[in-house]
Amino acid sequence: MSVQVVLPGVLADLAGGDRHLDLDPEGGTLAAVLDEVAVRYPVLARRIRDEAGAVRRFVNVYVDGEDVRWQGGPATPVPDGAVVQVLPSVAGG
Amino acid sequence: MTDLLAIGTRKGLWLARSDDARRTWTLEGPHLLAQEVAAVSIDTRRPAPRLLAGVQYGHWGPTVTWSDDLGSSWHETDSGAIRFPEDAGAALGRVWQLQPDIAGRPDVVWAGCEPQSLWRSTDGGCSFTLVRGLWDHPHRPDWAPGAGGGAVHTVLPDPDTDRVTVAMSTGGVYVSDDGATGWAPRNRGISAVFMPEPAPEYGQCVHKVAVDAGDPHRMYAQNHFGVFRTDDGGGSWTSIAEGLPADFGFPVAASTSTPGTAWVVPLVADMQRVPPDGRLRVHRTRDAGRSWNEVGAGLPDGAWTAVLRDAFCTDDHDPAGLYVGTRDGCVYASADEGDTFTLVARHLPDVLVVRAARLP
Repeated sequence: MSVQVVLPGVLADLAGGDRHLDLDPEGGTLAAVLDEVAVRYPVLARRIRDEAGAVRRFVNVYVDGEDVRWQGGPATPVPDGAVVQVLPSVAGG
Repeated sequence: MTDLLAIGTRKGLWLARSDDARRTWTLEGPHLLAQEVAAVSIDTRRPAPRLLAGVQYGHWGPTVTWSDDLGSSWHETDSGAIRFPEDAGAALGRVWQLQPDIAGRPDVVWAGCEPQSLWRSTDGGCSFTLVRGLWDHPHRPDWAPGAGGGAVHTVLPDPDTDRVTVAMSTGGVYVSDDGATGWAPRNRGISAVFMPEPAPEYGQCVHKVAVDAGDPHRMYAQNHFGVFRTDDGGGSWTSIAEGLPADFGFPVAASTSTPGTAWVVPLVADMQRVPPDGRLRVHRTRDAGRSWNEVGAGLPDGAWTAVLRDAFCTDDHDPAGLYVGTRDGCVYASADEGDTFTLVARHLPDVLVVRAARLP
């Protein structure tokens, strides 16, 4: 299957400058997509998830526009052709 | 010769240099802009001095990064220097302490972290291994987070033996005599007024511990309430707070060359946490805490700020230098053991850590 991951500009350097990653994950869940990110770009993957596998508190991930927090978290289904968008949340000071 | 002062703040790292015996300082930075830098060390045991920084991105999590060219470039390992093993069921929250080991073990670096954990590196701080003896300690479920989070914030390797002393908030002081395998609490005599039992074995909110220059078994502790000294490696502690204007505070520092000399920065406890009467001052003992004198000419009045536990340090000159960073973004340096201070920086973000070293 084929999935596109869209990154915010501040993370693009960790993916060789690309903001759009075309991946072929071995599974149809968000966890499988992020595992594939970790294989190709391990430092980038650590910015999105901690070592226990949880998406970081102030990182928002959307699958085809839906926030994964309400779709099953790491188990969120990611169908063939989906767009997985990573965005920093509005937080900080 | 250059003296280097590393200043970690809530939004980056600044470096200050002095080439005239610590009389004037030149500030340079920011490095690691917009990253919280809660832990810094300047490791001078290597052919090139290594800066190690525990950083926390607001959104992207904590990690350890290092520079071997005094901040021009920074590096981290792909997998992350500090990473809980899967069976630990935990994730790194923040790096609170990066402590090079003794000179004879130049590749060993210790890290104290949140959640309460101790880590050991054998590659100069590029990667760390969890110290399982402390992580698996039966007391750990009872260690509680203080207001700032539950963390090992002090790591003190003994210069002559395999002893390692750590302090944590909250949990107190623990000592290992076998190179960090087995651990035992060493809190007898340290108060814990926030707990129902007056003298618990552990659970004290020790804010910082420093080792005396003349005896590694003599240590000073700034507690949440109280200032204490031990002469037997933590076997027992006695109050040395008499003569101080307040027994609350975060840091304590000790001279590396003059036995019996140490400093604290008193704050009014417990709900205020500001300098007494708004006068930011250092208090110094010359006799291991039997008496204290207020010092700090050049430190400000009208200062309703605080000095956090690692925003205070000495250097290894004789007479010692003393460095103070405040939560309102000022840094002051003294080249005369605290008698007089000059301003190094102001209007920085909150200062979380200062560390000083002589560069070859």
